[in-house]
Amino acid sequence: MAVNKSDIEKLAELSRIDISDEAAANVAQSISEVLALVDQLQAVDTSGVSPMAHPLDAVQRLRRDEVTEPNQRETLQAMAPATEDGLYLVPRVIE
Amino acid sequence: MHTKTIAQLGKALRSKEITSVELTQHYLDRIAELDSRYNSFITVTPEIALAQAKAADERLANGDTSPLCGIPIAHKDIFCTQGVRTSCASKMLDNFIAPYDATIVENYQRAGAVMLGKTNMDEFAMGSSNETSYYGPVKNPWNTNCVPGGSSGGSAAAVAALLAPAATASDTGGSIRQPAALCGLTGIKPTYGRVSRWGMIAFASSLDQAGTLTRTAEDAALMLNTMASFDAKDSTCVDQPLEDYTTTLGDSLAGLTIGIPEEYFGEGLHPDTAKAVQAAIKTYESLGAKTRSISLPHTDLAVPAYYVIAPAECSANLSRFDGVRYGHRCDEPKDLADLYKRSRSEGFGDEVKRRILVGTYALSAGYYDAYYNKAQQVRRLIKQDFVDAFKDVDVILGPTSPSPAFEFGAKTQDPVAMYLEDIYTIATNLAGLPGLSIPCGMVDDKPVGLQLIGNYFAEGKLLNVAHQFQLATDFHQQLAPATA
Repeated sequence: MAVNKSDIEKLAELSRIDISDEAAANVAQSISEVLALVDQLQAVDTSGVSPMAHPLDAVQRLRRDEVTEPNQRETLQAMAPATEDGLYLVPRVIE
Repeated sequence: MHTKTIAQLGKALRSKEITSVELTQHYLDRIAELDSRYNSFITVTPEIALAQAKAADERLANGDTSPLCGIPIAHKDIFCTQGVRTSCASKMLDNFIAPYDATIVENYQRAGAVMLGKTNMDEFAMGSSNETSYYGPVKNPWNTNCVPGGSSGGSAAAVAALLAPAATASDTGGSIRQPAALCGLTGIKPTYGRVSRWGMIAFASSLDQAGTLTRTAEDAALMLNTMASFDAKDSTCVDQPLEDYTTTLGDSLAGLTIGIPEEYFGEGLHPDTAKAVQAAIKTYESLGAKTRSISLPHTDLAVPAYYVIAPAECSANLSRFDGVRYGHRCDEPKDLADLYKRSRSEGFGDEVKRRILVGTYALSAGYYDAYYNKAQQVRRLIKQDFVDAFKDVDVILGPTSPSPAFEFGAKTQDPVAMYLEDIYTIATNLAGLPGLSIPCGMVDDKPVGLQLIGNYFAEGKLLNVAHQFQLATDFHQQLAPATA
């Protein structure tokens, strides 16, 4: 399936990525080429085939609900762009 | 000294012919002198390397016989290394100092290996030519006008240029095996779940697997012995008994059955690559193996299925990069949406953005069943091809990549042409099987890779089959020009 410039705008919004107006046409074209490649899948008869999510069909391993990791807030926040009092700072959300 | 394998260097260290500090300094000097030609390292870590080498020398003096003790290695910059920048070759993580070590990094430290530095790669491991790196392309030591392959191009170039005896790498659709082929190395991607992915920056979590790049299969066995482990911190890691892969290297190939998939020799394969692979088949027959033609009928669907599944998983995994907790943050965001959008737009390169958009499309309302679900169904058909084939054969053999190393820029304008570079390697990831590439010839003075695919957890068999080939041939001993 081919995508057009307005599809790209919608995908960009969903992905939280800015695509400039100049770039949108090129991006639409290259994504349409990728989608043409993957559209080969549509011709395959997959009726009765269950989707495969894990190569070994493994399921989530469970463990006891116990604390196993130490609190590393300071270490982990040391690399954050902006923090205050142990919180991550972002632009004002509520005016 | 730098022309020696890990197996040979280990003996030299244990017999006190050389110290780890001397060996490490030698490689650091080579990197400083020569890597401007190749750009294979993003970060070199001389202080850490020499401190680890000193500690290894103390262990060796106390009689430690661990095979990797004192051996310098390089880590792909996709693995977190505590206190050292871990960039994944992205502007997004240019300022990211990892707060912890990946499990495989810890495994190598425990074994006494020495970290020389972090190698270049395609951004977030998305690419087959190492041209998408924020830190610039890596050059192929065999021909510096050509790409080294990708995404583990820096790891491959570093080992091929003899700047490190071995390097870690990762493989989502061919990112270990294709660079191994293009750089004349031995590269192994283990079974999905054999190696912990804890601390390995995620691209497509149902496909990603860590492995190694070395010059010989024997070295690959030594490296994988240490890399493989069960790790409760990676929920996809499989609790399977560990093996010593060196113990079966010497097994005879008499009676071994090798399957040759007819679909791997069709249109698009370079005729001289085909010839080199055909010659390797003859070598295996002379070693006592039986070969038979097999069919993997869904081969053509591997690349299309992959380019739904991998971008879908990538779009989910890379949503964590939001400019809030770590990584690149845009200047003066006007609101939260602007913070997310500009941080991501500035931090990601074009190929990463393309895959996020494709993945978002495949997962979006109205398209999920047509794309993502369909691809997961086709994935099972592809796996079933291999399950059926392994009822009759022990290993599967074919080319690793359709042609030898290509020139810079040859495929950058055509993403689909670049994606088809991995046409023979991707199915292995979709099925979760182990795969390996070894050099089997030269075309236009550039190496050709032979791919071997094994059944689940048959890494020992693959390394045995590769090692026997290397005992009978000398392709793996050939060195890239101007490296010795």
